[in-house]
Amino acid sequence: MFVFQMADIMPALPEIFLATVGLVLVLVAAYGGETPVNARRVTRLAMGGIAITLLLVLNSEQMVTSGFGGLFSADSFAGFMKILVCLGTFAALAMSVRSEGDDDINKPEYSLLVLLALVGMMLMISADNLMALYMGIELQSLPLYVVAAMRTNSLRSSEAGLKYFLLGALSSGLLLYGASLVYGVAGTTDFDGIALALAGQELPPVFIIGMVFMICGLAFKVSAAPFHMWTPDVYEGSPTIVTALFAIAPKVASIALLMRLTYGAFGGIADQWQQVLVAMSVASMVIGALGAIMQTDIKRMMAYSSIAHMGYATAGLAAGTLAGATGVMIYMTGYVFMGAGTFAIILLMRREEAEATRIADLKGLSRTHPMLAVGLLVMMFSMAGIPPLAGFFGKWYVFLAAVEAGLVPLAVIGVVTSVIGAFYYLRIIRLMYFDDTDTPLDPGIPVANRMVLGVSLAVILLFFAGLRSLLGAADTAAVALIMAR
Amino acid sequence: MIANWPLLTIVTFLPLIGVTFLLMIRGDEDVVARNARNVALWVSGFTFVISLALVLNFDPNALGYQFEERAEWLPGTGISYHLGVDGVSLPFILLSTLLSPLAILASWKAITHRVREYMIAFLVLETMMIGMFASLDMLMFYLFFEGVLIPMFIIIGVWGGKRRVYAAFKFFLYTLLGSVLMLVCMLAMYIDAGTTDIPMLTAHSFAASMQTWLFLGFLASFAVKVPMWPVHTWLPDAHVEAPTAGSMILAGVLLKMGGYGFIRFSLPMFPLASEFFAPLIFALSVIAVIYTSLVALAQSDMKKLIAYSSVAHMGFVTIGIFTMTEQGVAGAMFQMISHGLVSAALFFCVGVVYDRLHTREISAYGGVAAVMPRYAVYFMFMMLASVGLPGTSGFVGEMLVLVGAWKASSWVAFFAATGLVLGAAYMLWLYRRVMFGKIVSAEVEGMERISRREVVIFAPLTVLVLWFGVYPASLLDVMAGSVQSILDSVAAGGAFVIAGR
Repeated sequence: MFVFQMADIMPALPEIFLATVGLVLVLVAAYGGETPVNARRVTRLAMGGIAITLLLVLNSEQMVTSGFGGLFSADSFAGFMKILVCLGTFAALAMSVRSEGDDDINKPEYSLLVLLALVGMMLMISADNLMALYMGIELQSLPLYVVAAMRTNSLRSSEAGLKYFLLGALSSGLLLYGASLVYGVAGTTDFDGIALALAGQELPPVFIIGMVFMICGLAFKVSAAPFHMWTPDVYEGSPTIVTALFAIAPKVASIALLMRLTYGAFGGIADQWQQVLVAMSVASMVIGALGAIMQTDIKRMMAYSSIAHMGYATAGLAAGTLAGATGVMIYMTGYVFMGAGTFAIILLMRREEAEATRIADLKGLSRTHPMLAVGLLVMMFSMAGIPPLAGFFGKWYVFLAAVEAGLVPLAVIGVVTSVIGAFYYLRIIRLMYFDDTDTPLDPGIPVANRMVLGVSLAVILLFFAGLRSLLGAADTAAVALIMAR
Repeated sequence: MIANWPLLTIVTFLPLIGVTFLLMIRGDEDVVARNARNVALWVSGFTFVISLALVLNFDPNALGYQFEERAEWLPGTGISYHLGVDGVSLPFILLSTLLSPLAILASWKAITHRVREYMIAFLVLETMMIGMFASLDMLMFYLFFEGVLIPMFIIIGVWGGKRRVYAAFKFFLYTLLGSVLMLVCMLAMYIDAGTTDIPMLTAHSFAASMQTWLFLGFLASFAVKVPMWPVHTWLPDAHVEAPTAGSMILAGVLLKMGGYGFIRFSLPMFPLASEFFAPLIFALSVIAVIYTSLVALAQSDMKKLIAYSSVAHMGFVTIGIFTMTEQGVAGAMFQMISHGLVSAALFFCVGVVYDRLHTREISAYGGVAAVMPRYAVYFMFMMLASVGLPGTSGFVGEMLVLVGAWKASSWVAFFAATGLVLGAAYMLWLYRRVMFGKIVSAEVEGMERISRREVVIFAPLTVLVLWFGVYPASLLDVMAGSVQSILDSVAAGGAFVIAGR
């Protein structure tokens, strides 16, 4: 019989705290009523909870990083990634606060669900065991299925929710099946144990099948090609604020989990999974770049853009080295801020109180909303990987790792697709700056969007200045990740 | 005392301080426009004055880099903030700081909408250009090299002509595709040498097989920038659609980034591959010189004609660089500086009449010399400098390149000289059609004479072209030491690797 000890609690304190906040908020939501006022109250409390959690994560310098008998690992890698997901979720929640109240998002359960999903993401990041892995994924996914379908009077939103759920369930199935095969071969669910069991052993084919199934299941969550099909539909159909959340936080958590699995449990057999990740990376970069060109809806375009970004991140992952892990972390840091900043603007794409998310709706933005246009300009150039912005440094480090690991063709394909990708980012700049409009978007920028955009802009423009400390933190985290095995 | 200041950092980032001023301007559109013009002009002018301190304190006889500044950026990774100039980069920095205020002055009346944004783009562009030439760290070089694309894309796209969107996209994507291939090579170099420090990379010898790939990757980037045939097609589009000042900077400075790259990276770092690929470069350059000269003959648009002539002139530059002789490389350098001055002036010549008649069609003009006599003189002088008349800077560069080319291969020299003849043909023909003959229309007759502002732009360019033509040693002496040390490292690098085998 497994018995809890205080030593188990401390590493997981942020998660435990956040889960408690979630439970309290259930009561607030239930007794406060289905009013916009209560919804805002719940959102504010949730944001407060996340802020405190963030502080707890930042201050979790402790000797013991492993808890619950090795199920849970709160090493510096987990800390790094948790900061990113907390920031991303915080930004998404902050921007969801609206004063007008006829929206389905303006229900108290929205923030509650997002909060629970965040607990799931943090569990994913800390998962050091197949069981914890699955629990984290499901805790993250189930609330997200619901929020995707949050707009109950919209067919698109319901469709998005259903699609997300079905494909998500399928991927969970793949993952479980793979996990069972891996367990069958390794005889343990513990990541360190799996790595130990595999060391120096002739790998049976059934293990390889299990491993590939697991990677595929996670690829669904990351939305890496060829498991990306749900992404454009879900991005387009979900309420924009939900899309913003999807685009930022869960991606980070899923990439982190993929890193834990490949670098941790399968760390000794990098040559076995490297080709799988290389194929995924190439497919994602190509499909992301080509798919986005034809899109007319900016949310769909962002979906393809995120597929491409996941391709770049996987390129660093595929290297299977310390430099690769560092590169992915730097890439994801830039990605979170680019995503948050871009969606801070996309959320404001409204005309006469209705969402106007066609790309063409951005026409003439530099005339009507000069500050937003400058913001989006920087975001787009950064996403295209043009120096000296954040996106460039992310690409520099992931491709550095890829070239170092001898994956030169992958790097070449990567940079060429980034040129194709630049085309559609430039198209947005063209609409904003080169074209004119006579139907401007609604004026006014809420404080939350202003703050998120401002912080993101500052981070992206001054990325080069903070690179030194970021690189240090990412290096430490990467060492922790790899030493864990 | 002044020598202890971080002069290069100041010169590089001063324009960005101007940008913050521009952002602070408040008021209605007219006030903002007027203030933005003044701020931009003063800041870029001041930058030029400070950059003169570089010239005054530069010691042409000293070996190595001067005004070096090094600060930690990413400690332990071999990447640092490292600036410095030698005889190769200093002239380009001066060219950038000189042309920037002139270009801003050239757009004084031509740009009437979104003046503030325009000036911001120009000042950012200036920082990028100077920073690129001053960087002694490969990563920093790349940041500036590609950062240039952002303001230039905006300048062409917002203030350009009818097909500006097409031209801006073509410019951006063409250049980007070349640059990213170079980026992969830079990664490989960084991994091989463990540093991005340019002096250390120059000292590092790369394996012969690796050099081949690295050379090709860098060629992809620099060939587009120069531009070399057959990847030159973005240039005429970009030039035709860009506003006058954009063309001045594009032809004056941005094209030189490719030539500078060849001299700074390709030659000293990949000497074996440079030797191996020199015939290829010669072939492409000779085709560029002859083919684009013929194409220039057939143009009906003035700007396009001058754009094609730029490609031809840059063909001379690449020939000169890859002769790997002292005369050739120095001639290429000289030709780049000269072309920077002359082509900027020629594009401004087109801009002057375009501002008045709003067309660049050659057939719309005729007899302009009778209406605008002073302008005709300036135009003639610059046209002759472009043709390479002795006594102008154009002559010195071409002459030296031909001498170098003759040493390398008499055929290359022969074909390149053919280009000179064709060059004279299209320029003189252009001049005859625009300037002489009857005054073709009432509009032409009604054109105003050139203003004082326009003279202020022409004057320094004219003086410099003449000065360098009459007294080329003033520029050659600055470059000589650095050119020699680059050629030495080419020879040493080649010998070392061969000995190593």
